[in-house]
Amino acid sequence: MTLALPAASRSSSWRQPSILPGFGLSLGITISALSLIVLIPLAALFLKAASAGPADIWAIVTSSRTQAALRLSFGAAAFSAIVNAIFGLIIAWVLVRYRFPGRRLLDAAVDLPFALPTAVAGISLAAIYAPNGWIGSLLAPLSFKFTIPLIDLSIGFDGKVAYTPLGVMVALIFIGLPFVVRTVQPVLEEAEVETEEAAALLGASRLRTIFRVILPGIVPALLTGFVLAFARAVGEYGSVIFIAGNVPMVSEIAPLLIVIKLEGFDYAGASVVAMIMLIVSFTLILAINAIQAWSRGRLGHG
Amino acid sequence: MADPTTPVYRTDTALRDGFWIRALLLTLALAFLTLFLFLPLLSVFVEASRKGYAAFAEAVTEPDALSAIRLTLLVAAIAVPFNVVVGIAAAWAIAKFEFRGKSLLISFIDLPFSVSPVISGLVFVLLFGAQGFLGPWLKANNIEIIFALPGLVLATVFVTFPFVARELIPHMQALGSTDEEAALTLGASPWRTFFTITLPNVKWSLFYGVLLCNARAMGEFGAVTVVSGRIRGLTTTMPLHVEILYNEYNSVAAFAVASLLAGLALVTLTLKTYLEWHYADAIAATKRH
Repeated sequence: MTLALPAASRSSSWRQPSILPGFGLSLGITISALSLIVLIPLAALFLKAASAGPADIWAIVTSSRTQAALRLSFGAAAFSAIVNAIFGLIIAWVLVRYRFPGRRLLDAAVDLPFALPTAVAGISLAAIYAPNGWIGSLLAPLSFKFTIPLIDLSIGFDGKVAYTPLGVMVALIFIGLPFVVRTVQPVLEEAEVETEEAAALLGASRLRTIFRVILPGIVPALLTGFVLAFARAVGEYGSVIFIAGNVPMVSEIAPLLIVIKLEGFDYAGASVVAMIMLIVSFTLILAINAIQAWSRGRLGHG
Repeated sequence: MADPTTPVYRTDTALRDGFWIRALLLTLALAFLTLFLFLPLLSVFVEASRKGYAAFAEAVTEPDALSAIRLTLLVAAIAVPFNVVVGIAAAWAIAKFEFRGKSLLISFIDLPFSVSPVISGLVFVLLFGAQGFLGPWLKANNIEIIFALPGLVLATVFVTFPFVARELIPHMQALGSTDEEAALTLGASPWRTFFTITLPNVKWSLFYGVLLCNARAMGEFGAVTVVSGRIRGLTTTMPLHVEILYNEYNSVAAFAVASLLAGLALVTLTLKTYLEWHYADAIAATKRH
């Protein structure tokens, strides 16, 4: 986007001249469709939420049920995104660096969560993680307790996964899995083995090479994948509601709270919860853009 | 390997993970994918066939299931072509011209990806629902949008809006405009240039975008939940039909219909992988979505 335009572009100084036709038509179609389908409906949401008035908005935001739902959605999304960052990195590494039979099949399978309808994922995860399911029945005899630091989400594991907050995390891990793999994989593929050779020849151990040479190069991609998985998980609905149990205050996610408020014709309440989620999502997009701008400036690639 | 100039000392140990590390990481990756991908997929087909073929066949051919299948196909048949036209228009404007505000436009096109599916449905209820902004006017004029086909289509178009555009934009940008400029200079009409030069050049990335758009359109659940009203046999798409059956504890029927959707996902994945292997140059621009 350069502003140093020749004088020929008098008629439309906001675009560079081109001999190609169809600019007005194609931009007109794009902006009309975008406005009618996306922008105006989203504006209606903010209008509706604002019409509730500050006192009502505050009451909805601070109600314990709203807070519990938001905390579960954001907490479970953060936890599942961390799990996906770790295992996504391992899977990307294995797919790029190792050669084994079935590698390309495995590579293709990583995209399954993108292709499988969320309701199908939801009922199948509920079936296998239920107490009588394939995995649920193996976990039933186990029990332990742990607390996730920072977000203060404490989970006492009593052998149940489905119909608890853990079930929510299982579903969110499923749908977020491809994001980290698909953002880290191309960066690992492009990474030059020569820099590793140089590190090795200069006497660095394999471990030191990994932590000082390889990992710093993929941190921006890993962060981007993490944020993408997190953003997707926060808003996820279909795969979660079947396995969550949907107990208010315990395993009720924020998108479900929106649906419940809507079914009770509480349009304003639904809009306020939706607005909070949207504001967080939009902040996350800005974060992704900032990460990518930072990595371009620092490493010379996006 | 046998190259005599290769130094006698090898850097293998520093460049390659040791056997145990390789075995560990490979096992971790396989175990994770098995737990979270392969077992769920397998369970769909196992649960669907639990009571034999007759029960499966009955579940997918009963009238409500058939109307759900028809509705799903109908919604996709409207939403996908709409997004193809808009996606091509957006890609043409963005890839072939330089104008102010372009990056903002791209961000707006990508916006639906960062909106929760439930909110994608909610916005249309707020506009067109009984107590929505246009609700009273629609009621007075006897127009049904929410709890009817138009609402399902609108919510689906919203959710799938970016798919075609974001596959086409990077590909068209990479191709540049010289082919089109040559055709126009030689006297071809604008539309002829588009149909004989531009469209054939981007056909594989267009097909790729359509494939992903269609899979999402047919499988969408959260957004259509909100606008459908779940009137059985009338406004239930296949994913909603699966939900109703599952909530009625009719597990075999739910998984039978779900297995059709899982089959669609596998076909989508196969075609997608085929395109990635054979037309990597055309569609490598963006893999994540």
